Amino acid sequence: MNRVALSLSLAAKPRWWEFALWAFLLCLPLLLPTHALLISEITVIALFAMSLDLILGYSGIVSLGHAAFFGMGAYSAALFAKHINPDPLLGLAVATAVSALLGAFCSLGILRGSDLTRLMVTLGVALILQELANKLDFITGGADGLQGVVMGPVLGQFEFDLMGQTAAWYTLSITLAVFVLLRQVVVSAFGFSLQAIRDNALRAQAIGIPVHARLIAVYTLAAALAGMAGGLQAQTTGFASLDVFGFDRSADVLLMLVIGGTGWLWGGIIGAVVFKILHSIISAWTPQYWTFWLGLFLVLLILVGRARLIRPWTWGRRA
Amino acid sequence: MLTLLFDGVAYGMLLFILSIGLAVTLGLMNFINLAHGAFAMAGGYTTVLLMQHAGLPFLLCVPLAFVFTALLGAVMEATLYRRMYNKPHLDQVLFSIGLTFMAVAGVDYFVGSTQQLLQLPEFLKGRTELWDGALGMGHYRLAIIVVCAVLTLVLQLLLVRTRFGSQLRAAVDNQRVAAGLGIDVNKVFLLTFAVGSGLAGLGGALGAEVLGLDPTFPLKFMIYFLIVVAVGGTSGLTGPLLAALLLGIADVAGKYYIPKLGAFIVYSLMILILLWRPQGLFFRGGK
Amino acid sequence: MKTRFIFPLMALAFLFNATSVWAQEVFKIGLILPMTGQSASTGKQIEAAARLYMAQNGSTVAGRKIELIIKDDGGVPDATKRLAQELVVNDKVGVLSGFGLTPLALATAPVATQSKTPMVVMAAATSSITEASPFIVRTSFTLPQCAVAMADWAPKNGMKRVVTLVSDYGPGIDAERYFKERMQLNSAEVIESLRVPLRNPDFAPFLQKVRDLKPDALFVFVPSGAGAAVMKQFLERGMDKAGIKLIGTGDLTDDDQLNNMGEGALGVVTAHHYSAAHPSALNKKFVEAFKKANNGLRPNFMAVGGYDGMRVIYEALKNTKGGQGGGEAMLAAMKGQIFESPRGQIYIDAQTRDVVHNIYLRKVVKKDGQLYNMEFDVIKDMKDPGKTK
Repeated sequence: MNRVALSLSLAAKPRWWEFALWAFLLCLPLLLPTHALLISEITVIALFAMSLDLILGYSGIVSLGHAAFFGMGAYSAALFAKHINPDPLLGLAVATAVSALLGAFCSLGILRGSDLTRLMVTLGVALILQELANKLDFITGGADGLQGVVMGPVLGQFEFDLMGQTAAWYTLSITLAVFVLLRQVVVSAFGFSLQAIRDNALRAQAIGIPVHARLIAVYTLAAALAGMAGGLQAQTTGFASLDVFGFDRSADVLLMLVIGGTGWLWGGIIGAVVFKILHSIISAWTPQYWTFWLGLFLVLLILVGRARLIRPWTWGRRA
Repeated sequence: MLTLLFDGVAYGMLLFILSIGLAVTLGLMNFINLAHGAFAMAGGYTTVLLMQHAGLPFLLCVPLAFVFTALLGAVMEATLYRRMYNKPHLDQVLFSIGLTFMAVAGVDYFVGSTQQLLQLPEFLKGRTELWDGALGMGHYRLAIIVVCAVLTLVLQLLLVRTRFGSQLRAAVDNQRVAAGLGIDVNKVFLLTFAVGSGLAGLGGALGAEVLGLDPTFPLKFMIYFLIVVAVGGTSGLTGPLLAALLLGIADVAGKYYIPKLGAFIVYSLMILILLWRPQGLFFRGGK
Repeated sequence: MKTRFIFPLMALAFLFNATSVWAQEVFKIGLILPMTGQSASTGKQIEAAARLYMAQNGSTVAGRKIELIIKDDGGVPDATKRLAQELVVNDKVGVLSGFGLTPLALATAPVATQSKTPMVVMAAATSSITEASPFIVRTSFTLPQCAVAMADWAPKNGMKRVVTLVSDYGPGIDAERYFKERMQLNSAEVIESLRVPLRNPDFAPFLQKVRDLKPDALFVFVPSGAGAAVMKQFLERGMDKAGIKLIGTGDLTDDDQLNNMGEGALGVVTAHHYSAAHPSALNKKFVEAFKKANNGLRPNFMAVGGYDGMRVIYEALKNTKGGQGGGEAMLAAMKGQIFESPRGQIYIDAQTRDVVHNIYLRKVVKKDGQLYNMEFDVIKDMKDPGKTK
């Protein structure tokens, strides 16, 4: 094996602390049974953030409308469970597939143009889907939301309980599986070609990387995973409403990713945890004005420098 | 139908004044300033608060809103924005979203979250009907069209006939060369940002009556400003002007003729235009 | 011999201790409101009213101390459901209450059913809400009650051709449907039904369309807070001068905003269950106390919903001697309550668990320099037409 291949395969090996951290996460529903619902919610959002990282951190596409796929997955899963089959895993597969299709279709829109164009196109798609969901209220329940979604037991055994235990285990296992998958993807040749495209698309094309094909592929994958997260959300809460498509959701997940750090998979997870905990603490103290503190935090974060948040020892130094 | 056109033009002109600052900021400093809506809101609230608490007449409050917001913009540019010019677009987006959140929550805290209701002076209320009702012109909207048209002319003159204008255009075309020619680029940035924000504030003051004013104003209308800039391009005034008019008329007509689809029309139109011409409808090449 | 009594004595002592512990055990009320977002004013009014009730009636009922836990759901149904679940499972609340919008109440219904916790809806107004769970009790109102009242009054007052304009969600669609059906029953006509999006509504083009249709009147329903925007556009388009009357449900002339709407609102006729100007001694006291505690803020129908909701909970606690028998007993004690509220006489229907109260027809007038909804007619004890069908 030559040196390049060797160093790449070393980068691919999971570190010991990753195993330890995942083991800890999987035990959380046992350690904090009263917070199982919160754990489940954070896990879903972490999955959503990881999917955004694929296109933002690894491929450099700034998207303000990733919630389009989250919402698509949520409604697909909810509608599937309500009208066709209440099995969660089947519904999840359907949600993922539908969002992947949507992602493939939308990826055609982000190929050309500047950052601003991409921002607008992604935002526009999410807004259109939200309007559609509102108008087709005989299917989606419109502004009142989709009611009456009753999920079957996971794997035929584990019912969704009021405490949220089943939900927590379910979401954690799915997210772990996705994490393992993504880890393989980002250290593969495909993953590295994405980073090359992010850093300089023109140069990447010059050395023979099929830029458009790669972008379409990664966007579809990210959309599929976002849809999976949406499906999980709908299944664990038994409900889907218009704000799954909302700008707030897209903006929040972007923030989480930035807090945790883009370009590495743990960013999404850490960001989701930190964001939600911050939210819970600050909202308990000042429920009406928590967005002020969030805004302040963001401004300071950017002024200090994003990459330095998770490296507190660099805070004192100038950039 | 004519009334609709009239309403659409009024709406479009207002959007133009509100968005032109954003277009120039983007074109000049390559900075995506999503907090632009917050400056507009600041202008609106300045007017409302001055009218309610200081009892100043509407006609005085509007220019005051311009001045106040321009000053605010100048201060923010010098202290905060200046550091952000070379950062990647994602950082700029997040920074400006952060500022917006702070502004929204701040206004909510100090003024409250209810819609602010403005009492217009008597001569601006009222309506003129022409041609047996085929064209109904609200006096306020007529005033908006006139004011915005005048402002547009002034801006165009500034850009084309003054020295500052040519410095600005030079800096937009190529910042480095402009600096190399001795143009004080920092000063150009400061003044442009201040004027752009001031115009946003002016637009907010004028628009408070027509668009409504509450703390969520920046979030609600930011997308419209962005559409104008993305479609109209950032080189020159005509692009954004035409884009704003198009947007205003399409929005009003869409909601009238096909109320079921309403907002759809605007978003779909925007996406189609951007897919067809990713650099904006009126891009003349260059950057 | 004495030792034989020790155990029973100990048991008795333990029992007394337990009951006194029981008596001091806190009864928690979970109040989930939209404190941020579009419906923030609803949350503010209801919270103020709930606190006022507690201040006036003490915080100990039937020997139990009352703790009010307030949570903000931001108007997002997922959040409401999760907060409700957490309140039931973690905080062990005895009652869930609040619910500023229909989707928020509907999302929480399964939680109430599963955990057998009574749910007092203080704001949301779609008919079908009380049918979503057998544990739901409502103290707010329903749109069909107001729409039907209006549709009875309008044709008798020269309005035979009307256009309806409603916000596109549950209560709006209810209002539109019941108004239209009742109008047809009264041989009048709804010539067009327009729906405005719930978020970020822009009334100008819709009102222009109404003007072009030249009806006798425009019937409007928009959620509390959006009425001012409609009023403004209505006047700007000169619709009053074109002879079109503005009628609607009381949300249009919400007491919260009415005073700021300007003289243009004078003469607008609405149908609703509560006006801050309702001429009863209880209401005068209520309004004064509310204003005093809240910086001069006038209470609106949301506040009354919250105030009466607390009354229902307190009475149920008294009747079940401190909540004995759990959620089902509390629910039974809530059904059938009859009492005088600041809005007038009301009772909670034992079958439908919905509110039955008077619907007043009111006109906006100026009194003591302020704008008020003056009641001039009443339909007594109106049940929700959405159910009696």
